[in-house]
Amino acid sequence: MMTSTSLVYLIALPLAGAAILLLAGRHSDKWGHLLATGLSGSSFLVGLYQLSLMLGRSNGQRPITQKLFEWISVGSFNIDAGLMLDQLSICFVLLITGVGTLIHIYSISYMSHDPDRRRFFAFLNLFIAAMLLLVLGNSYLNLYVGWEGVGLASYLLIGFWNQKPAYATASKKAFVMNRIGDMGLSFAIMIAFATMGTVSFSGVKEAAGHTSTAALTGIGIMLLVAATGKSAQFPLQAWLGDAMAGPTPVSALIHAATMVTAGVYLITRSNFIFDAAPTAQLLVVIVGAITLMFGALIGTAKDDIKKALAASTMSQIGYMILGAGLGPVGYAFAIMHLLTHGFFKAGMFLGAGSVMHGMNDEVNMRKYGALRKFMPITFATFGLGYLAILGVPPFAGFYSKDMIIETAFNSGGSKGVILGCVTLLGAGITAFYMTRVMILTFTGKSRWDDQAHPHESPWLMWLPMAILAIGSVTSGYLLSHGDALVNWLSPLFESHGEHAELLSPVVVSGLALVMVAVGVAIAFLKYSRNEVAAVAPDDVSIFTRVARQDLMQDRFNEAVFMRPGQVLTDVLVKSDEAVIDGAVRGVGRLALGSGSSLRGIQTGFVRSYAALILIGAVVLVAAIWVVTQ
Amino acid sequence: MNAANYLYLSALLFTIGAVGVVVRRNAIVVFMCVELMLNAANLSFVTFSRINGDLNGQVIAFFTMVVAACEVVVGLAIIVTIYRSRRSASVDDASLLKR
Amino acid sequence: MIWLTFLMALPLAGSVVVAALPKTNEKLVKQVALFTTLLVMGATIAMAVGFQRDNVELQFVEKYSWIPSFGINYALGIDGLALVLILMSTILAPVVVLAGWNESHGGRWSVKVFYTLILVLETMMIGVFAATDVFLFYVIFEAMLIPVYFLIGGYGTGERSAAAVKFLIYSLFGGLLMLASIIALYVMSGAQGGHTFDLASLSHLQMSSTTQNLLFLGFFIAFAIKAPLWPLHTWLPDAAESATPGTSVLLLGVLDKVGTFGMIRYCLTLFPDASKTFTPMILVLAVISIIYGAILAIGQRDLKRLIAFTSISHFGFITMGIFAMTSQGYSGAALYMFNHGFSTAALFLVGGWMISRRGSSTIADFGGLQRVTPVMAWMFFLAGMSSLALPGLSSFVSEFLVLVGTFTRYPVHAIIATFGIVLAALYILIPVQKALHGPTTPGNENLPDLNLREKIAIAPVIAIIVVLGFYPSPLLKVINPAATHVIAGLGFSDPVPTSGNNE
Repeated sequence: MMTSTSLVYLIALPLAGAAILLLAGRHSDKWGHLLATGLSGSSFLVGLYQLSLMLGRSNGQRPITQKLFEWISVGSFNIDAGLMLDQLSICFVLLITGVGTLIHIYSISYMSHDPDRRRFFAFLNLFIAAMLLLVLGNSYLNLYVGWEGVGLASYLLIGFWNQKPAYATASKKAFVMNRIGDMGLSFAIMIAFATMGTVSFSGVKEAAGHTSTAALTGIGIMLLVAATGKSAQFPLQAWLGDAMAGPTPVSALIHAATMVTAGVYLITRSNFIFDAAPTAQLLVVIVGAITLMFGALIGTAKDDIKKALAASTMSQIGYMILGAGLGPVGYAFAIMHLLTHGFFKAGMFLGAGSVMHGMNDEVNMRKYGALRKFMPITFATFGLGYLAILGVPPFAGFYSKDMIIETAFNSGGSKGVILGCVTLLGAGITAFYMTRVMILTFTGKSRWDDQAHPHESPWLMWLPMAILAIGSVTSGYLLSHGDALVNWLSPLFESHGEHAELLSPVVVSGLALVMVAVGVAIAFLKYSRNEVAAVAPDDVSIFTRVARQDLMQDRFNEAVFMRPGQVLTDVLVKSDEAVIDGAVRGVGRLALGSGSSLRGIQTGFVRSYAALILIGAVVLVAAIWVVTQ
Repeated sequence: MNAANYLYLSALLFTIGAVGVVVRRNAIVVFMCVELMLNAANLSFVTFSRINGDLNGQVIAFFTMVVAACEVVVGLAIIVTIYRSRRSASVDDASLLKR
Repeated sequence: MIWLTFLMALPLAGSVVVAALPKTNEKLVKQVALFTTLLVMGATIAMAVGFQRDNVELQFVEKYSWIPSFGINYALGIDGLALVLILMSTILAPVVVLAGWNESHGGRWSVKVFYTLILVLETMMIGVFAATDVFLFYVIFEAMLIPVYFLIGGYGTGERSAAAVKFLIYSLFGGLLMLASIIALYVMSGAQGGHTFDLASLSHLQMSSTTQNLLFLGFFIAFAIKAPLWPLHTWLPDAAESATPGTSVLLLGVLDKVGTFGMIRYCLTLFPDASKTFTPMILVLAVISIIYGAILAIGQRDLKRLIAFTSISHFGFITMGIFAMTSQGYSGAALYMFNHGFSTAALFLVGGWMISRRGSSTIADFGGLQRVTPVMAWMFFLAGMSSLALPGLSSFVSEFLVLVGTFTRYPVHAIIATFGIVLAALYILIPVQKALHGPTTPGNENLPDLNLREKIAIAPVIAIIVVLGFYPSPLLKVINPAATHVIAGLGFSDPVPTSGNNE
């Protein structure tokens, strides 16, 4: 593999930005946001430069590496701080820095009234650096550093307004649930080292060929656990909705476009493990299928625009995970959906932010309505994203999502049929809840309070939205034209034999469009024809009530983990004092007690002392006598 | 004459002394009983010296006498001081360390 | 070169100077103490430069006859592990003096006595890691209790006398068991070629397995009390709660390391067979310590007790790494000892500043400090992140090495211990949320942020935490040869990958 000396700048630029802004403190308030945006942008330019270099090389020569320094070296455990850029990571690098820079620009205006704007930009830069490390690390351990680094950045940004206790709790919840996933990654690394003696991607790939399936399955399942934590997949999905406590640009960048897709990256990157561990791969598909339905169902009942979008993100990442679980045929489509989703979902989140910006930070969609007239640009960009997520041709989602649905149908046997139906149904539900969001927000009668004065956002905010909207329209076509992305990524994955086609692409697209049309129609009937209540009605079906509570995920976690955990903690704290320390104090009390009872012998009368001495002497003599006899 | 008889006498004297120390209240008598015990021990030493035919026992007997003399000096001083302050020579009254 | 004696003499001389100064001139006392500790730090670093990394033998060896009739020598010498720990101790000493500039006020005795005790303690901290004569080690091991006893009992808060007595009696109990073992070793050495207390000679003693097991336990219990291993830990939270922050740093950061250091230096070297016999039991205790300490930390309401319990969890990791008998586990444990010193120091010092400003150590009394005292809050946050072993900070490297090293030989233990990292997130983030986030608690609006002295004191600690997270190689290169040496001496080699490379 070719070596390079310039990869480090990708990470170093935003990292330097974070360091400068955090260390300079208030002194950098005036120019901090500009510096951060500039550094993020330069990182994007470096990424473009690397892409141009990569395009200039032949297929086998494209991946490049850079060794920075020896990080950890003990015995046979040798980890270099090393970077690797290949066809897969460059996609992420451009997505992260590109969308990241747009969101930096957006935030300049969005956060302009916040006294801590500089800190916000410092965290954003920190996130970009950590995320780049995640996708550029050349071993699982380097990835792990970025993996927890983005978790930290996410924690800091979700809790950016942590003076509100609920927000502080949300950030803590995200970090802890992520840590459970991280534990999976730790296990995967440990198993890999114990069985293969290496944790670098290239080393593991090489060793995977002659490693037992049991070990590979173990690694695969643990990597899946890691992915569920970071990508908010079932059963570690509960943090994502609460993560919407962060400022909206954060939701767009971290909790829609980039960080939450890290799980998809991890699974795709570890394709050599999953391809050799069918059980783990099956679990990946199952997790993806459950989550895509789970997220979609939650999305139908949310009145909070950001939480509705978050549920949608969860569901869409479910599609990606499912795609990645389908093996070599699916990896490229998972990545394609990831990229297109990065555009349209980030765009829609920024749109939601723009709406909130004009509506005094109101997030309840029941208090919106008729905003189309007041925010035409927001409406247009959001609308394009909406069409993209629905999969209406020729928007981006049509290419990426339909490919996943088609691949699912063609994965063979009953599994294929089940997965195909789930993905199709998911597409219909997606159409329903996204149409609901559109109707409630932009059409109908206005339901807002008197204090609200909706207005279009300044150009610094709508420009990024417009650029992302263009991406939502064109990216699908560009990436799939002539199988561009599939061919680009193909050297990384094992070639796959053609499956028998169960359904032809045209049929799948037709079915998907029918499902979408049904979903849209139901939403229209339900929300456009009838008056929308400004307060969420209580007389709803049990299904709606459950969906509003995120399908009981929090209650479940609370009942199964949190409460017993608290009880255990209380019991242990009490028993530590009562039993263990009690035993220690008991020894002390025993010494004191025996002392005070023996003190009774000390009567103070000389004659009794003399008598005791006498008895003692007699006993001693008798004892000696007995022993020597 | 059998040397063991001296040892019997020594044991008898020691026992009388020990009983005296335990049962008598008068400090002077207790004190005399202590002396009796010491001298009983001396008698044993001298007897063993005689039996073994060396002088070690007699040397220790002298040593004991010197210590006993010192003890008498200090002991009597204490008894006299206690008698002066408490108008009593009963050892049971001198249980001040307890309280 | 008599480097080690020189290092030990420096703070001792400083303590004499401090003791001779007038009681009223407190400022001068502190300045002399700070100057002395800085001098010792500089001298230690100078010595470390001359350390030969690849040499597994003891270095800077000194040996003088002390009590010839008992074969007792004044013998010093260090390997990589001891060097790292001495470095840690001497770097922490000036930090503690500077950070706790005012903590000696309001004590039972004068400021002068406080710094005299600290300096005497520093001499012993160096000596205890450098001693290669078992008797000398024992003397210093026990003598260290005296200054700490007075530091806790004389300058602490709350139930300081009770805590000091508890600490003393616990430690003395362990020390007595160790003394019995040492005397037995001495007696046996007499029967096998001459009475001696020399560590190297004693390690060649022949003894029956029963004897070895008993003697091992004598040493191990003493060390398990020092490096509090469940269930011998209950003195630590009390002591940490009552001691001043600076004393706590020295107590948890340095003195407790004598326990884990002793496990390696004495238990493994003197009783290799018994070590193997007891390994399964010790590993179980270590894993219990990890989980138990973490859960107890989550349940604490007092900030100082919370930090103490986190340390119990961390010492579980260190012990597990030592007895995993792999080079990763050993190096990880050794590095962990160093890193734990600094992350706990950061937690205790910043926590101490928070407590002294607020006048309470109950976590619930804080709240919203991030808005009021941002620098202090961020320092606490960073210290906490280091404690929960965030990658990129120093503790991560050591914790991961311990886990990986343990996993290759004892996967079940490693898996259970890994759950500790989730609990770590909880025990750090819960106090972070309660103390730093949320609305500002009434009464806290005007707390002052860190002043220049405090910033200077904490800066090197944070710098070490960050730099070693990315570049631990300098330390690992010093530790690794010793690690391989010790592991090989026990007859172990790292497990080979079960499948994979056909090399």
